[in-house]
Amino acid sequence: MFYRLSGVHHANYVSDSRIFKVPADRNLTAFIFLIGLAAPFIMPSLYLNSYMLPWLIWTAAALGLNLVTGWAGQLHLGYAAVMAVGAYSAIHAARFGVPWEFALIIGGLASSVIGSLFAFAALRVKGLYLALTTLAMQFVMDWVLTHSPAISGGSHASLQSPTLALLGQDITSDTGYYYVAFGWCVLVTIFMLNLKRTGLGRALVAVREKDFAAAILGVNSFYYKILAFATSSFIAGVSGALLVATFFFLAAPEQFSVNVSIQVLAMVIVGGLGSIIGSYFGVALILLVPGLVNGIVAGGSEALGMQINVETLAHIPNAVYGALIVIVLLIEPLGLGKLYGNIRDYLMVWPFDQLRK
Amino acid sequence: MDLVFLAELAINGALTGLLYSLFAIGLVLIYKASSVPNLAQGGLTMVGAYVVVALASDVGLPLWLAIPLGAVFMFALGFGIERVALRRLAGRPVVMILMLTLGLDIFLRGVTLAIWGGTSRSMDLGVSYEPLFLGDIFISRIHLVGAGVAIGLFVAFMIFFRSRSGIKLRAIADDYMASWSVGISVERGVGLSWALASVVAVAAGVIWGEIQGVDQALSLLLLKGLTVAVLGGLDSILGAVVAGIILGIIENVGSDFLDPLVGGGSRELIVAAVLILTVMIRPHGLFGRHDIERV
Repeated sequence: MFYRLSGVHHANYVSDSRIFKVPADRNLTAFIFLIGLAAPFIMPSLYLNSYMLPWLIWTAAALGLNLVTGWAGQLHLGYAAVMAVGAYSAIHAARFGVPWEFALIIGGLASSVIGSLFAFAALRVKGLYLALTTLAMQFVMDWVLTHSPAISGGSHASLQSPTLALLGQDITSDTGYYYVAFGWCVLVTIFMLNLKRTGLGRALVAVREKDFAAAILGVNSFYYKILAFATSSFIAGVSGALLVATFFFLAAPEQFSVNVSIQVLAMVIVGGLGSIIGSYFGVALILLVPGLVNGIVAGGSEALGMQINVETLAHIPNAVYGALIVIVLLIEPLGLGKLYGNIRDYLMVWPFDQLRK
Repeated sequence: MDLVFLAELAINGALTGLLYSLFAIGLVLIYKASSVPNLAQGGLTMVGAYVVVALASDVGLPLWLAIPLGAVFMFALGFGIERVALRRLAGRPVVMILMLTLGLDIFLRGVTLAIWGGTSRSMDLGVSYEPLFLGDIFISRIHLVGAGVAIGLFVAFMIFFRSRSGIKLRAIADDYMASWSVGISVERGVGLSWALASVVAVAAGVIWGEIQGVDQALSLLLLKGLTVAVLGGLDSILGAVVAGIILGIIENVGSDFLDPLVGGGSRELIVAAVLILTVMIRPHGLFGRHDIERV
């Protein structure tokens, strides 16, 4: 807390391009990582299973969307469809007898291939029109899913996921599921943290700011747009597959409908475009708060002796979810990541903040 | 294929298409004035329909009073949304504005359903369900009424855009910086476009509410409305009307051919395909303005 910038001097480029430029950030991250590792031992399994696990997997998915929307600047309203491709291919592969390690990779690669189709729209148009095209593609994918029983699993349109097994170990316990999700989320986070230090990350940012200008500088925006879509789709595919394998256990088309696409985009934008810590916050806010508010309203009305219509209660989470998006965007259009950044920057130099001015 | 049957499909398709135009005109109005893609139009349509139904059946007002009152309410709501939400994000990247309107859409839908519940209600405009025969061709009366309303609104807006405040709106649409410098209140103009779009949403909500019942399916018109708006060109009201007719015919005739092949439900697919093809081939639509981007 006390002037944590003290003693931090970057004398060469190598030290200036570290992931954590300030030791305090590194220590905080290590602390949170340890809490994450210890979570199964300090948390009741209900919370672990119904809050922590979806939070981590959705965060990995949101980071993937952040790569294409936050870094490369390409609007994507069909992300859930790409997740669906990964989930369905991985589960079909696993049901076919492929080991889960390869099934997940197959899911990711299948998503990359289909996700790159979205990139061809991005080569022609951008901004609003790209958003509309990806939205239409999402509808097409939804339609294909619900109308082809061979993919979606027969007349009930549900596909049972086989037991998850990694490295020869069957994973059936809550703790096991949690560690799978945790491991994947950490992997994606490390990838994203390193992305901005690489030439790839800088090229994506150049494409985001102005693709024509990037082209003049010699950045092949065509190549990087496809690369961004393919990479983010790989993350989406594996996240989708893990989501079904560890959380839903049953794949159904409505788990990847257009509303889910909008939800992931909301997570990314509420969290902050291009912000990694923001994605964690954004997912937590969008995923957990509406249910929490509903619980409070239900409990509060019971305590006050008020009768609230069942239907009203059922639709309050949706209203809260919409209101959260609007409120966060009005307070800070750059998202929760920016709010966190402001607080961090203030505390970083506290109590000597007058020195910065 | 029987020619009369084909004509029937085409005519009814065109009438349904005009109802999509009714929805799309609202999108176009807002895009024209502020370049904001209003993805909350579906939510606004739903609110409009519910307010009219609530005034008519819960309060007990006659419909000729309930619809204008609903329009007045929505006019204020549209103005309010622009004032509270959109104005503060003016000049931000389109992704944030898109998300804001999506959030508004979810919020409006959630609040409407929380207040009035999700069960479908009927509008009961008093248009008879007797079929109307034009030679051998069967035409639905309510669709005819709706198409009339759409054409009427189109004519009304054409006249409006020649009036003083309409010319102001056109100036804002053309170049808001220049409008600002000659003393046009750009904020008021954009607010007015939102208010007018909300009033159009009442019209769309009433007609569509009569056709398919007042429930949350009303907000699903968004994809069709967007397709019509994009096909016609996002800033052209004439485009919205023409594209509505085109999409309606393609959808109705196309789904009749495709449904037996793919086992039904091909309408969504056709609409999505038209949207994708339009954006790929001619992003500015049939009548829209083609903007040139500079580095």
